[in-house]
Amino acid sequence: MKDLRFNSVFDIIGPVMVGPSSSHTAGAARIGKVVRSIFGEEPEKITIDLYESFAKTYRGHGTDVAIVGGLLGMEPDDERLADSLKIAYDKGIKVAFVPKSDKVDHPNTTKITMVKGDRKLTVTGVSIGGGNIQISEINGFKISLSMGTPTYITIHQDVAGMIAKVTDVFSNRDINIGTMTVTRESKGEKAIMIIEVDDRKDHEEILEKLKSLKNMDNVTFFE
Amino acid sequence: MFYTVKDLIEQSHDYPSIADLMITVEAENTGRSKDKIRSLMERNLEAMEHSVKQGIAGVKSVTGLTGGDAKRMDAYIDDGDFLSGKPILEAVRNAIAVNEVNAKMGLICATPTAGSAGVLAGVLMAVRDRLKMTRDEQVDFLFVAGAFGLAIANNSSIAGAEGGCQAEVGSASAMAAAALVCAKGGTADQAGYAVAITLQNMMGLICDPVAGLVEVPCVKRNALGSSQAMISADMALAGIKNVIPVDEVVEAMHRVGQQMPSIFKETAEGGLATTPTALKLKKEIFGD
Repeated sequence: MKDLRFNSVFDIIGPVMVGPSSSHTAGAARIGKVVRSIFGEEPEKITIDLYESFAKTYRGHGTDVAIVGGLLGMEPDDERLADSLKIAYDKGIKVAFVPKSDKVDHPNTTKITMVKGDRKLTVTGVSIGGGNIQISEINGFKISLSMGTPTYITIHQDVAGMIAKVTDVFSNRDINIGTMTVTRESKGEKAIMIIEVDDRKDHEEILEKLKSLKNMDNVTFFE
Repeated sequence: MFYTVKDLIEQSHDYPSIADLMITVEAENTGRSKDKIRSLMERNLEAMEHSVKQGIAGVKSVTGLTGGDAKRMDAYIDDGDFLSGKPILEAVRNAIAVNEVNAKMGLICATPTAGSAGVLAGVLMAVRDRLKMTRDEQVDFLFVAGAFGLAIANNSSIAGAEGGCQAEVGSASAMAAAALVCAKGGTADQAGYAVAITLQNMMGLICDPVAGLVEVPCVKRNALGSSQAMISADMALAGIKNVIPVDEVVEAMHRVGQQMPSIFKETAEGGLATTPTALKLKKEIFGD
C-alpha cells in the first residue's frame, strides 16, 4: 500500500468537533491530548511555541484554548474546551504561548514543553488538515507518528527488559508492531515507548496487561 | 484502496455503489466491522442535522462578526418570492447555519474541515426530502462524498493553510457535487465530471480570514460553495463533460496551492484580511 496522508473516510467526514477550525482547533486539541498522554501526568508548567499560521492566527481560531484543553485531557468534541484556559488557571498550571518567526516544514506546527518537578518533555506536533495530526519530534528526536493507526504510548521506568516485556504482550496475541519509538528523559529515569500496531483487536485487555507490568507508570491507547 | 478519482470510478464498477466500495475499503484499512463503520457515520449525520437546526434558529459568534443570517435566509425562503430556486436557497441557508454554529465554537462535523463544514451538510439537508432519501441513503451520501474527498486530499490538500480556500471550500463543494450526482441516480463518471467542474471554478481561491477568524468570508463562501455543488451536479447530470480530466484538475489545484504565497493561506496577511475595515475590526476584537 502506498504511504498516504489520509487513509480513512473519517479523516474526510469528521471529526464531530467544537469549532471553529479543524486544523487550528480540533487538530490542536488532538495534539494537546496526545502530548499529554506522552507526558503521562498533569504538568505544572506548559510552554507552547507556535509557528507560521498557528503563530499568526492562534487567538482567532481558539488554537491556544484547544491545545491547553487537550493538555488537560479533553477531546476535540468536549464543549468545555472554550473554558480550558480558566480551568488551567484554577488548577494553578502556568501556561505561556510563544509565537515564533522561524520557518518550519508545515504551517500549522507547535512545539510543546511540559514541566513537572524535575521532569521535562518537549514534543512537536503538526496539524495537517481536517483535524488530522502528526507528531514529528520528541525530546529532539525526529519521529513520524500519524496517529491514524492504532497506537499505544507507554511511560515507564528506564530499566532493563521493559521493551521485551511490552513486545511480548503483542506477540502473544499475534499482533504485528508496525513502528516503534523508544526514548527517555535520561538514563534510569522515565522512558517512553510509542508503538504503532497493525490491529486494534483486544486493545482493552492489552491496555490492562501493559498497565499491570512492573515499572510501568502509564499506558494510553489511541484508535 | 483507490488513490485517484479515476481509480475510485474504475473500482466502483465492481461494487453495487461507490458507498459500498468506500465502506469495504474502510473495513480493510481499519479492521472495523461494516456495521460499526456505518454507525460511526450516522453519528456524523446526527451532528450535521443538529448544527443545521441550531443555526437556522439563530446564533451569534463570540465576536459578533457573524450570526443570524441563516435565520434571515429562512424567512426569505418562507416568503416565497425569490430569484433562484428553492433547493439552492435551502442549501445556502443550511450551509450558513452550520458555519455560524462553527464560528460560535458550537459542535459541528468537519467535512472535510470545520471551516468548510457547511457545504455538505447544507446540500444533503436541502435534497434529502425531495429525493425521498432513506436514512441509509443519507449515510451512503456521506460515504460517497468521503470517497471523492479522500482522492482529492491524497493528491492535493484539504487545508486552507496548505492550499488556500480552493483546497478547503473547493474540496467540500466538489465532494458534495459528486455525492449529489450519485444521490440523483447519476453515474460514477458523471460524479467525476461534477468534481472537475467544481474544482476548476474554485481554482485559485485564497484563504484570507478577517482577523484570522473562521467567520468572514468563510460563512458566505460555504453558502456559495453549496450552491455551486448543486449547479455542478445538475450540469454533470445534464450530460456536460469536462475537457480537462478530473485528476489533472486536482493536480492543477495542488500546484496552484503550492505556488500560492503564504499571505493567502490562512495567515490573515492578504486579501480581505488586510482591507482597512478588516484591520479596524481586528484591532477592535484583539486590541492591538
